[in-house]
Amino acid sequence: MKPAAFAYAKAFSLDHAIELLGGASAEARVLAGGQSLIATLNMRLSSPDLLVDINAVPGLDGIAVKDGMLEIGALVRHAQAERSDLVARYAPLIAMALPHIGHAAIRNRGTIGGSIAFADPAAELPACLVALGGEVSLAGPDGRRSVAAEQFFRGLFETALSPRDVLTAIRVPLATRDSRFGFAEFSRRHGDYAMVGLAAQARAEGDGLRAIRLVYFGVGATPVRARNAEAALAADPLRIAAAASALARDLDPPDDLQASAAVKKHLAGVLLERVAQQLMAGHT
Amino acid sequence: MSGHSHEIRLTVNGEEFCESVEARQTLVEFVRENLGLTGSHIGCEHGVCGACTLLLDGAIVRGCLMLAVQCDRARVDTIEGVADSGTIADLQQAFATRNALQCGFCTPGMLLTAAQLLDEGGVPSRAKIRAQLSGNYCRCTGYQAIVDAIETVARARAKIPPLQGKGRIAEGDPGRGR
Repeated sequence: MKPAAFAYAKAFSLDHAIELLGGASAEARVLAGGQSLIATLNMRLSSPDLLVDINAVPGLDGIAVKDGMLEIGALVRHAQAERSDLVARYAPLIAMALPHIGHAAIRNRGTIGGSIAFADPAAELPACLVALGGEVSLAGPDGRRSVAAEQFFRGLFETALSPRDVLTAIRVPLATRDSRFGFAEFSRRHGDYAMVGLAAQARAEGDGLRAIRLVYFGVGATPVRARNAEAALAADPLRIAAAASALARDLDPPDDLQASAAVKKHLAGVLLERVAQQLMAGHT
Repeated sequence: MSGHSHEIRLTVNGEEFCESVEARQTLVEFVRENLGLTGSHIGCEHGVCGACTLLLDGAIVRGCLMLAVQCDRARVDTIEGVADSGTIADLQQAFATRNALQCGFCTPGMLLTAAQLLDEGGVPSRAKIRAQLSGNYCRCTGYQAIVDAIETVARARAKIPPLQGKGRIAEGDPGRGR
């Protein structure tokens, strides 16, 4: 057996999960889909004392429109979201991103909440959530609260979740007729974490685009908004080269195992071109 | 119920088992070590290679990224059970005919992963077959023959005549073409 020994407890309700997390004397981790967590356990990159399994907690696996937002429960599997008509209709950006997440067997098990809570800087869903201006619903010993996506991702694998919190759902504004979305990424193998990726949303207005949000992943510790490129694209969506050169002021990617900073910057420009075309699709 | 050792009750290949497992034991280790079902292979142990693929409640999962303790009251099927059921006999035959395996290490995972796609019905494009296989490493074949085998079965199940074009091996003539 590769992981270091740990205790395991199955939570039967949200309160029970929070109680188990709060009662732990040492490090406890929430186990949802486990598609990142168990890999890190096998590699002994993490060695918690207790895993709190939330898979049997009721009420966390729904997809529904509530109060003008699309709510996706934390335990919704990637494959379930991929098949969801509600996600396709109201959160097309997430539907575009899902096929890029892992592989078929991973998507059968991996959860939406897990992807957000783990906050891998090269993961697709955190960037989508920021691009959509979504929010994260949390529950902890002091009750429930909601955190805007841009405030949720705080650093490398660091989020607004405290060790005693459980992520219960994500919520995103509903796509409208004027919404435009773009998504593209480069990875060495389909389904692997991206070397660089881009998730984008805009609102079509006349010949142009407004409220553009370009969110890169794989280029920093968290999803990174490219505000200068957004402004350039808003000024003239057809002058993509100007927006791509503005990226130099937005992105400062570190070298990593997958690609050097120079390669990532180059690829970010290529992605901008592709995604800008997706955003403009439907314009004459 | 919190601890390092747990009793689990589950159905594997239609047979019920009640076993004591350590919390840290993965599902693939459990079926291999406790049940002697060694058709599910252990490769990378971090979800990359797909050699440990098995079915949990009918859906393919990574056996190395599931804990056995999570499978209490679940239904697990391994390559042994699925092969014995006869449901993938045509796929197994096509793998042999098309030389879609050499060392065979990846084959159980490949078969189960391909079977899930074939169960959706229709004839998937080669790009779709490749996307489905993206999580399964084969270090022998270069994948072409595996894609050929899956495409052959999809067409046969849909009662569409096999492809006979350039670069493809004609049916019943396994020695040619590659």
